[in-house]
Amino acid sequence: MTSITLGHYLSLGAILFTMSIIGIFMNRKNLIVLLMAIELMLLAVNLNFVAFSHYLGDMAGQVFVFFILTVAAAESAIGLAILVLVFRNRLAINVSDLDTLKG
Amino acid sequence: MSELSLNSLLAVPLAPLVGSIAAGLFGKTIGRRGAHLLTILGVLISFIISAMTLKAVAVDGASFNGTVYEWMTLGTLKMEVGFLVDGLTAMMMCVVTFVSLMVHIYTIGYMEEDDGYQRFFSYISLFTFSMLMLVMSNNLLQLFFGWEAVGLVSYLLIGFWYKKPTAVFANMKAFLVNRVGDFGFILGIGLLLAYTGTLNYTELFAKGNELSLLTLPKTDWALITVICICLFIGAMGKSAQFPLHVWLPDSMEGPTPISALIHAATMVTAGIFMVSRMSPLFELSDAALNFIVIIGSITALFMGFLGIIQNDIKRVVAYSTLSQLGYMTVALGVSAYSVGMFHVMTHAFFKALLFLGAGSVIIGMHHDQDIRNMGGLWKRMPITWITFLLANLALIGTPFFSGYFSKDSIIMAVEASNLPAAGFAEFAVLAGVFVTAFYSFRVYFLVFHGKENFHHKPFPGEHDHHDDDHGHGHAHEPHESPWVVTAPLVLLAIPSVVIGFLTVGPLLFGDFLKSAIFVDAAKHPAMAELAHHFHGATAMALHGFQAAPFWLALAGVITAYVFYMVAPQIPATLAKVLRPLIVIGENKYYLDWFNEKVLAAGARLLGRIFWKVGDVAIIDGLIVNGSAKVVGLIGSLTRLFQTGYLYHYALVMILGVLAFMTWFVFLQH
Repeated sequence: MTSITLGHYLSLGAILFTMSIIGIFMNRKNLIVLLMAIELMLLAVNLNFVAFSHYLGDMAGQVFVFFILTVAAAESAIGLAILVLVFRNRLAINVSDLDTLKG
Repeated sequence: MSELSLNSLLAVPLAPLVGSIAAGLFGKTIGRRGAHLLTILGVLISFIISAMTLKAVAVDGASFNGTVYEWMTLGTLKMEVGFLVDGLTAMMMCVVTFVSLMVHIYTIGYMEEDDGYQRFFSYISLFTFSMLMLVMSNNLLQLFFGWEAVGLVSYLLIGFWYKKPTAVFANMKAFLVNRVGDFGFILGIGLLLAYTGTLNYTELFAKGNELSLLTLPKTDWALITVICICLFIGAMGKSAQFPLHVWLPDSMEGPTPISALIHAATMVTAGIFMVSRMSPLFELSDAALNFIVIIGSITALFMGFLGIIQNDIKRVVAYSTLSQLGYMTVALGVSAYSVGMFHVMTHAFFKALLFLGAGSVIIGMHHDQDIRNMGGLWKRMPITWITFLLANLALIGTPFFSGYFSKDSIIMAVEASNLPAAGFAEFAVLAGVFVTAFYSFRVYFLVFHGKENFHHKPFPGEHDHHDDDHGHGHAHEPHESPWVVTAPLVLLAIPSVVIGFLTVGPLLFGDFLKSAIFVDAAKHPAMAELAHHFHGATAMALHGFQAAPFWLALAGVITAYVFYMVAPQIPATLAKVLRPLIVIGENKYYLDWFNEKVLAAGARLLGRIFWKVGDVAIIDGLIVNGSAKVVGLIGSLTRLFQTGYLYHYALVMILGVLAFMTWFVFLQH
């Protein structure tokens, strides 16, 4: 029986990352899905950090993950707050309708 | 040699300028009386100082040559205001201020009923200032300033009655034709500046011999000839020489006093004055002198012909002026500059008198100018009649009258000249004597003698414009003009008769103009030959009775008498027989037609091409709107990338990161 190697972790991370990318630009409906995809992207990166940290025996990588999780939490809090405001103003969180960035 | 006082010289041009500004800007405040008193005072001051200057120059041999004010220095080039006063200048100053003074006084009567009274006085005083700046200058730049300023005032005065379309057309024409001449003039000045680096007369003349050795780069044309012809083209514009003469007859649309002052006595002689002033340069180029002789002869003879068929009294005098300017130009060409200037002076007096006399007739005729509507006026306007007759006698060169001395000297100078063109000139000036006498006395007989045609007015005729209908309240009887009109006539008649006799000796053969005019006696012996034959004014006048010009003039007078007094059917028959010639004459040799249809139309076509193709298509269409269109096109393309959707921006961001990573990982090494 083969043990779980570094390659498995990295593959999982890559799969997660790719899924989140696809989630960002295939998503036409829901702004919340966009935020979730970004969170997923960060988690994929975190997974890589932890895997490398364990493999190399360097704790600094895992410390980094804590910082990323903190920032990610703050970011999603702000993101959700903005989302609530967007909904109050536009009565929709449909991504296809939010095109005012082009000025 | 004593020096003249700078302050008194400064007062000469500035006094009329002050008068002009006062009448022009404060005309409403000072009123009509104030305007004419102030301007006349200004001109009177400058006339008195000019007369004193003339006396100092002629008797005491005084002179002045210096800078008054330097207004710009460009490298070695100095632009300055300066005066050069010698015999030539002093003479011109006196002529200008005297005629101007007479015209100022005369205007009180002539413009009495006009609304633009103050404006008119302001203009003629401004003209006096400009003309004095022109003649007193010691450098070409100031001469050019005066030259353009008199042109401007001429433009303003021809179009004085600006509500009259013909006057507006005439002043535009005068201005444009003068621009053609000035273009040549400024080229000449520019060439002189380029090769000598100075505009001051004295310094220029010192470099004359240097100049005569050069040729124009890349050609084998003598530089001095090119310069002289360019300068003379300027003189052709201002002094109305063929083919740039076309503006002068039309300038008669202006009020009569300015026809006398500007278009007969002073401004049109500026070209003659300039060539005389530049005589040290013109003497160096025989080619230019020949050119001058030919142009002058054509003008002298052919413009005289046109005078014969005109029916407007002012236009006859205008063509006579053209013809006389041709005489002066011929005199310049045969190196008899002093004779040319002499004729300028005598002509200024008798031609101003003729014009003012014509103006007096026009007032008497209630602003009808057609000579066919006149006749028998001698009883009704005795002073005008006598003075007009005296002016005519002077004009045709009757011995002892002023015109005789100057005109006969011109003819003798042409005969004595050794230039190749002098042969043609001799024929032209001799034939011109007959023509002059004929048209002068045609007008004289038609206006002052014969049947009284003004009762029934057979011809609609030309009317001088006037704002109110003066004279329509009472009968259309011609009457003598008021004293402000007749006094200048009398005052001008005196020099018209005697000035030639008094000044022919000192002016032509004395030292008076020696310092101002240079003649290369070895190359051009005409003047020396004249001096050889000169034995005093009386002898010259008596000799005149035996010479051809006198008999030609007499023949002209008799022909006019026979044609218009004895047998009026002769000119009518002749007109029928010579119909083609008359048509050519009435169309002024088709020069106006040529100018209008070829030159003006060509210029307009060129303008249209530049406008439609150059401006509208290339500049506006291609460069200005085209660059805006290109920017717009680029913008509309880049706008496609700005969708406003978050996921598009995110995708681009990710692609960017990928591209950078690809570069970082694979391509960096």
